[in-house]
Amino acid sequence: MLKLTIDGRPVEVSEGTTILEACQFLGIEIPTLCHLEQLKAEGSCRMCVVEVEGVKNLQVSCATPCWDGMVVQTKSERVVSFRRLILELLLANHDTDCFNCPATGRCKLYQYAMEYGVEGSRFVRFKEHHPKDESSEFFNYDPSKCILCRRCVRVCNDLQVNHTLSLKNRGPDTWVGLPFDKLFKDSNCVSCGNCVSVCPTGALTAKAAKSFRIWEVTKTRTTCPYCGVGCQMDLLVKNGEVVGVEPAHGRANPGILCVKGKWAYHFINHPDRLKTPLIRKDGQLQPVSWDEALDYVVEGIKKIKEESGPDAIAGFSSARVTNEENYLFMKMMRAVVGTNNVDHCARL
Amino acid sequence: MEETRVVLDKAGEFLPTSARAYEAVGGYTGLRKALADPDQIVEIIKASGLRGRGGAGFPTGLKMSFTKAAAADHKYVVCNADEGEPGTNKDRVIMEEVPHRLIEGMIIAALAVGADQGYIYLRAEYPHVKKVLEKALEDARQHGFLGTDILGSGFAFDIQLFIGAGAYVCGEETALLDSLEGKRGEPRVKPPYPGVAGLWGKPTLVNNVETLANLPAIMEHGPKWYRRLGTERFPGTKLFTLSGNITNPGVYEFPVGVTIRQLFEEVGGGCPNGKRLYAIQTGGASGNIIPASLLDTPLDPESCDGVGATFGAGDLMFMDETCCLLDVLENLTEFFVKESCGKCCPCREGNPQLLHLVRKFRHGTAQEGDLDLLVELGKAMTVGCLCGLGQMAPNPILSVVRFFPQVFAVNNAYAREVS
Repeated sequence: MLKLTIDGRPVEVSEGTTILEACQFLGIEIPTLCHLEQLKAEGSCRMCVVEVEGVKNLQVSCATPCWDGMVVQTKSERVVSFRRLILELLLANHDTDCFNCPATGRCKLYQYAMEYGVEGSRFVRFKEHHPKDESSEFFNYDPSKCILCRRCVRVCNDLQVNHTLSLKNRGPDTWVGLPFDKLFKDSNCVSCGNCVSVCPTGALTAKAAKSFRIWEVTKTRTTCPYCGVGCQMDLLVKNGEVVGVEPAHGRANPGILCVKGKWAYHFINHPDRLKTPLIRKDGQLQPVSWDEALDYVVEGIKKIKEESGPDAIAGFSSARVTNEENYLFMKMMRAVVGTNNVDHCARL
Repeated sequence: MEETRVVLDKAGEFLPTSARAYEAVGGYTGLRKALADPDQIVEIIKASGLRGRGGAGFPTGLKMSFTKAAAADHKYVVCNADEGEPGTNKDRVIMEEVPHRLIEGMIIAALAVGADQGYIYLRAEYPHVKKVLEKALEDARQHGFLGTDILGSGFAFDIQLFIGAGAYVCGEETALLDSLEGKRGEPRVKPPYPGVAGLWGKPTLVNNVETLANLPAIMEHGPKWYRRLGTERFPGTKLFTLSGNITNPGVYEFPVGVTIRQLFEEVGGGCPNGKRLYAIQTGGASGNIIPASLLDTPLDPESCDGVGATFGAGDLMFMDETCCLLDVLENLTEFFVKESCGKCCPCREGNPQLLHLVRKFRHGTAQEGDLDLLVELGKAMTVGCLCGLGQMAPNPILSVVRFFPQVFAVNNAYAREVS
């Protein structure tokens, strides 16, 4: 174990722990813009800098490992004024029309500017931003809100491994773009929306995000119903209606979702959604209780088995249930019904 | 004043690309000694006190020991020949005149750390050097200095030449490695250092051309011999590039600790046309600009740091009395704006702001507070940028603020007039 002191407080951490992790352990807030816990730190935004005794330069807490006897200051005058300067540099070229921005309330730049008392920038605007891309069915891209934290690029390339977003040009001309400057709708984008989920500002926002502010919604942790992987996600609920989905860090999903989990949530509140089983009676489908429906199925299976033997029955299960449930279904078909006629929709 | 040639020993006296010709003037002797006891190389280099010649001055033996100690199935030696610093031409001279000394140095380094593959990352702007190196490497292979069984020792090592794509930042070792891997040339956050996790995540020794070209002489003559030259803390010779307003510009090899005055007056022949010396940019485009009054500063890192000069890679750009420092700063800052890779915020967003402020002074439109902001931003960048490019980019500005404060007069009527 390594013993170190952060803001005068002693802490013991294991070898390889970063300063940021040690701070989180102590409950010390460190501002971050580029950091994503599921990816290797790249230390590019420089917001998380801290002062380490005996080291000349400020150190990024996200990537600097702790060492024994380390003495760290996270809120010294030097650290705070550097962070303020970073915010001023970013704000100089940031479109600060926050009233019309769907990210207002959850925007990290907005939050930190307020926290660090940065009301404006002493620097000049020098960037001509690239045009907006609203071609995706699910989200909008506004480069004038982009602070080049590169989270979207890293998620797209390193986690989703789709290589749609990349950094273009260099230096002050750097921007996040698509291959051959295509629009999202014409690119290889699979609309997973993970870039939207990790964007700390309003550069990448869900189209639906215009219908709510983040403080109006409650978050409910649930499991994605679309397949057996079991991704964890948070439903954003406003007035009893699901208005968005954010990936959570589950055992099966490191803070990412697929196109279905991220965007296909409208069925939840759709009027056509089936909420009870239906049985056709007198030529009409009619709602019934689960008990009645299951009895109906059992009777039907028994009858067919008696009349025509078990091999007259076949069972098909779904990729939307778990492996365990599929296993049970197979067991039921073989041991209870007595047939090997069992298959799964993923084969189709 | 006579040069003291170690790295450039016998340069110009034989056909540079020929391994045999190099051998005939004593070349590859250091390698033969190294092959006799490879395990001792790191200790010998440590004892020699050799420090990196690329600008940072890190102890080479110590750097080698990290890579040597790292366990891996492959290790690499990468030669940083991306000599992009404006005003630096020393590595070019080494590669043109004594390419086999670099090759020999790389083989010794590979032996020392247990590497099986070497790369020379050559800047794209040196196409003529590419031809020389290609020939020299081929000749070294043909004569058994590279390949699967070097000089019958059973040691296998080869060197591949890789041409950069024109980015200054790729002279930074981790950006160089990313570029070598085929990625955007952007510096990586450290740690881990390349010595432990470098090229393709494997332990990689990255050294400057001049550093590697020092290894053969140290192996041949021993650390004691090497320490006769230079200073106690920075032994050996250094190649100095003299440029700007000087009668005899060029690359000259002298022991570390030679004074700027000696190089300026005795080697460089002073400013042309009898002009008075005004300022000197030390250490390259990202180095400090100092006044002529500091001419007696010895060129070693400690003495340079002491007076506010930069030792860097040993560059000296002389500026005579006709030179406008605001012009110089504008030019240099434009360079850093263009060469910033765009990865870290303070460098990407900060350099254009530095340029804007310098231009305000340059055009005589600066106001109260502009100098404070310039200094505040410059100082912040030096301690908070990700890599050396951003950290050093404000150096010229900050040094001019320190040594030539009159340049930054608010509402400078002269500046307005000349612009």
